[in-house]
Amino acid sequence: MPKSELVENLDLDNYKYGFVDSESHVYRTKPGLDESIVREISRHKEEPDWMLEFRLKALKVYESKPMPTWGGDLSDLEATLNEIYFYVKPQEQTERSWDDVPDNIKNTFERLGIPEAEQQALAGVGAQYESEMVYHSLKEEWASKGVIFDSIEDGLKNHPEIFKEHFGTIIPTADNKFSALNSAVWSGGSFVYIPKGVHLKTPLQAYFRVNQERMGQFERTLIIVEEGAQAHYIEGCTAPVYSTDSFHSGVIEIVVKKDARFRYTTIQNWSNNMYNLVTQRAVVQENATMEWLDGNLGSKLTMKYPSCYLTGKGAHGSIMSIAYAGSGQHQDTGGKVVHAAENTTSSIISKSISKEDGRSSYRGLCKVHEGATGSRSNVECDALLINNTSRTDTYPYIEVDEKRATVGHEATVSKVGDEQLFYLKNRGLSEEEAMALVVRGFIEPIAKELPLEYAVELNRLIELEMEGSVG
Amino acid sequence: MSNAPALEIQGLSAKVADEDTAILKDLDLVLEPGQIHAIMGPNGSGKSTLGKVLSGHPSYQVTGGEVLYLGQSILDMEPDERALAGIFMAFQYPVEIPGVSIANFLRTAVQARLERGEELDLFDFQDQLLEAMELLEVEPSFAERPVNDGFSGGEKKRNEILQMAVLKPSLAIMDETDSGLDIDALQVVSKGVNTLHEQNPEMTILLITHYQRLLDYIKPDLVHVMVDGKIVRTGGPELALELEKQGYANWKVSS
Repeated sequence: MPKSELVENLDLDNYKYGFVDSESHVYRTKPGLDESIVREISRHKEEPDWMLEFRLKALKVYESKPMPTWGGDLSDLEATLNEIYFYVKPQEQTERSWDDVPDNIKNTFERLGIPEAEQQALAGVGAQYESEMVYHSLKEEWASKGVIFDSIEDGLKNHPEIFKEHFGTIIPTADNKFSALNSAVWSGGSFVYIPKGVHLKTPLQAYFRVNQERMGQFERTLIIVEEGAQAHYIEGCTAPVYSTDSFHSGVIEIVVKKDARFRYTTIQNWSNNMYNLVTQRAVVQENATMEWLDGNLGSKLTMKYPSCYLTGKGAHGSIMSIAYAGSGQHQDTGGKVVHAAENTTSSIISKSISKEDGRSSYRGLCKVHEGATGSRSNVECDALLINNTSRTDTYPYIEVDEKRATVGHEATVSKVGDEQLFYLKNRGLSEEEAMALVVRGFIEPIAKELPLEYAVELNRLIELEMEGSVG
Repeated sequence: MSNAPALEIQGLSAKVADEDTAILKDLDLVLEPGQIHAIMGPNGSGKSTLGKVLSGHPSYQVTGGEVLYLGQSILDMEPDERALAGIFMAFQYPVEIPGVSIANFLRTAVQARLERGEELDLFDFQDQLLEAMELLEVEPSFAERPVNDGFSGGEKKRNEILQMAVLKPSLAIMDETDSGLDIDALQVVSKGVNTLHEQNPEMTILLITHYQRLLDYIKPDLVHVMVDGKIVRTGGPELALELEKQGYANWKVSS
């Protein structure tokens, strides 16, 4: 079998979440965006005045910023943004009991494996459908210790002081065009508070689903991890396949306080008509550790660079990412680390697989401020190309203003080698099995860090389609 | 078919696929089941090419002749089909497969040998693997290491014979298995091959080697001298000793 034909058989592009649920919502704004829509959203959420002001100001910032041209191709996005619904309200409130979630939405999530996930060892589960969290629950064991795991709206309503103290401070509205857009129209997302010294033994999980065609989802998540606390948050994202483009632009703000430890895992598996432009940032204080584990498998274009601002002495940031770019996909991903205190350490490991005309870009920043003595950073990016038409680029930006700091960068590009395939075939593996084994080996360092069900999912995604095979 | 030789090469000619120069020129060779043959020859004689052609390497093209394995032509078979039919090649330069453990790789290879729908018995597999590792004198943790990744020359060769022990081929082609081995590793590897041959006397082995040294440990039934793409002399093990003394210089005649 010629190589081009057998990579066709790689099952990477088999998207099983593309089903459409019947449309249902209690309210939606008209397509496009203007001030009246921002006011509508705020009114529906019965927000305090300061939040409406915040939104309106953000809208102006958004309108004043040009479309970025440094990354993926956004030339069609302007038109898309005029056609999409910025706010779609699926039901009146966030339910605490799964039984109260409307049947059609419940069915959708059940098809996606939620709340089965909850019955497994999870501390809490949230589910966002269109623009709102339809369900949020936290095990009593953790609620009684003061852990908060709520929709972001309930966070604002029920914990206004701590909310206001942090909201918009880690990622300012004007950080970039899409953080400004999110600040204007945000809806849904999680509010997480882990009290001092509490160690969550099992992860919190949030699931994001877009069902509506021409929909924009703008979740906003704020996570505060108090001193010495530890937790892990997982988010998963899927959408139906439509011929028109959809848009997802989240803002995730995290504070990891002294001696605390936090991990944020994303498995983004949007359909291939989704623009996915997300801003994620953590401020990491003294001796604290922040870990981003970022899997980008779906979407049309993803631009996402999880960031760690290491502001306290001895803080550690780690960003591990895996990107898969199949035909028609561009994954422009990477990470940012900013060393702003002594003896801070960071590590970025980025792996990408490009198939057919898929394109993956590593884009990363490592900045060491003057005075961040004894800081160390290491960046490693490896790209695997499946076909001759596949593409990968590396854009590492390194700015070091401190002599007494160590920064390393290593980048490799490899193709699935003919000699590797020959060797494996020589042991009786078919070419498809051989290809899958090489790809699986390539992602193994990251796959082994994933929660089991996501590792299985990732492996399923790279499994080969074997004609006539059972199961 | 039961009387057919394990390997019968008739007038085989071959070249690198996108070049014109012939490397194998009208080569004949017959191995009966259970026999051990050694092919010796100077660098560039084409002996490694023979191994690659027999295992179906895509970079080489057969331009004439026939290769019969147990009476059946294998020239139209893919490398994996040849492997599943029982042909195994121990590579001179085993390839690294980062991130894939030896255990995982071998499990996939053993699974590939089962009937469709048949599930590998993991306990059986584990036993086979442990037994093979004991034979090759490697620690049990060896199987958890990624295939050949960061291995020393000796570890790579042990890994080749380890795979041979688990996959149990009926025809093993060993390409310069002795190269890069110190004397201790050579003894371990040779002992491994001899044990496998004792356990399965029907296993046929073709040793491709530059040096006589390997043949101190693995006793061939016949030794062939290959020069310029063909067998120029065949004899008993004493032929290897003769070569060791005289070198290959006398044989470089036809070119």
